[in-house]
Amino acid sequence: MELIYGPWPWYTSGILIAFVMFLLLMNGKYFGVSSNLRTLCTICGAGNKIDFFKFDWKAQKWNLFMIVGAAIGGFIATHFLSTDTNIALNPKTIETLEVLGFKDAGANYLPTELFRFDSVKSVLLLALGGLFIGFGTRYAGGCTSGHAISGLSNLQLPSLIAVLGFFAGGLAMIHLLFPLIF
Amino acid sequence: MKSLSYLTIGILFGITMLKSEAASWFRIYEMFQFQSFHMYGIIGVSVLLGTLTIALIKKFNIKAFDGSPIVFHKKDIRFKRYFFGGLIFGLGWALAGACPGPMFTLVGAGFFPILIVIVFAVLGTYLYGRLKHKLPH
Repeated sequence: MELIYGPWPWYTSGILIAFVMFLLLMNGKYFGVSSNLRTLCTICGAGNKIDFFKFDWKAQKWNLFMIVGAAIGGFIATHFLSTDTNIALNPKTIETLEVLGFKDAGANYLPTELFRFDSVKSVLLLALGGLFIGFGTRYAGGCTSGHAISGLSNLQLPSLIAVLGFFAGGLAMIHLLFPLIF
Repeated sequence: MKSLSYLTIGILFGITMLKSEAASWFRIYEMFQFQSFHMYGIIGVSVLLGTLTIALIKKFNIKAFDGSPIVFHKKDIRFKRYFFGGLIFGLGWALAGACPGPMFTLVGAGFFPILIVIVFAVLGTYLYGRLKHKLPH
């Protein structure tokens, strides 16, 4: 049972993600989660003024069901398929995070110092992170699912460029900006 | 009925993200520190199997469940939008520690401050739509 209740290894995850992409392709769809952010803009009425959001969002209903499912999956995994949600991080990672002021690295699923409502700094950082994600993913035309998984699997050069961008941005954030932010 | 199958695929995806810790901020940080193989293993295996899957679909001309052909869209070759867009996405991915799929999984898992990330990700997408014509692509 530890096989299910413990953390799942990378190969299990990789196989299942590829399987998810396969199921979507076999349904005539694609694996690309960030399109939903655009759909949500359209539902909120952004299509009235901006052409980019003028499209029949009902054609994307299937993708919205995907993210509702992703949320339900998170609920099921936490409440019925886990004994605890600690992360067995590399001790070196825990050390570098402690230097930055993260005291509970790996003892929780997410850092409690950042994921909270009662700190202005945390809320601002989460908001900024969200802005970058939303803006960047649409500018690049896809996120981790659309470019790194679907695009690379379809041998698309643009997706490789985007993934290199993802990593350049991520490395810059953690190595250059984190010491300034935290 | 169709909607239910996408919901089910989403549930499988969400469980996978949470249980394999790909939805954990800590794992993303560790990945960008190159201190664990975990995330590279996840992405590596899915791309490897994904490539094989798509190659087989193309080679044997496999049809979708409803018999229609499976269409793959080619992305137009450009540099700026992919690299700069990717760069901005990467900054957010590392800061918030979640990409657009796992952020919804985290809501279900009960980490509600992630809602701030989601609301602002929608806002960020809106901003892109507004500024699209002024940006180099």
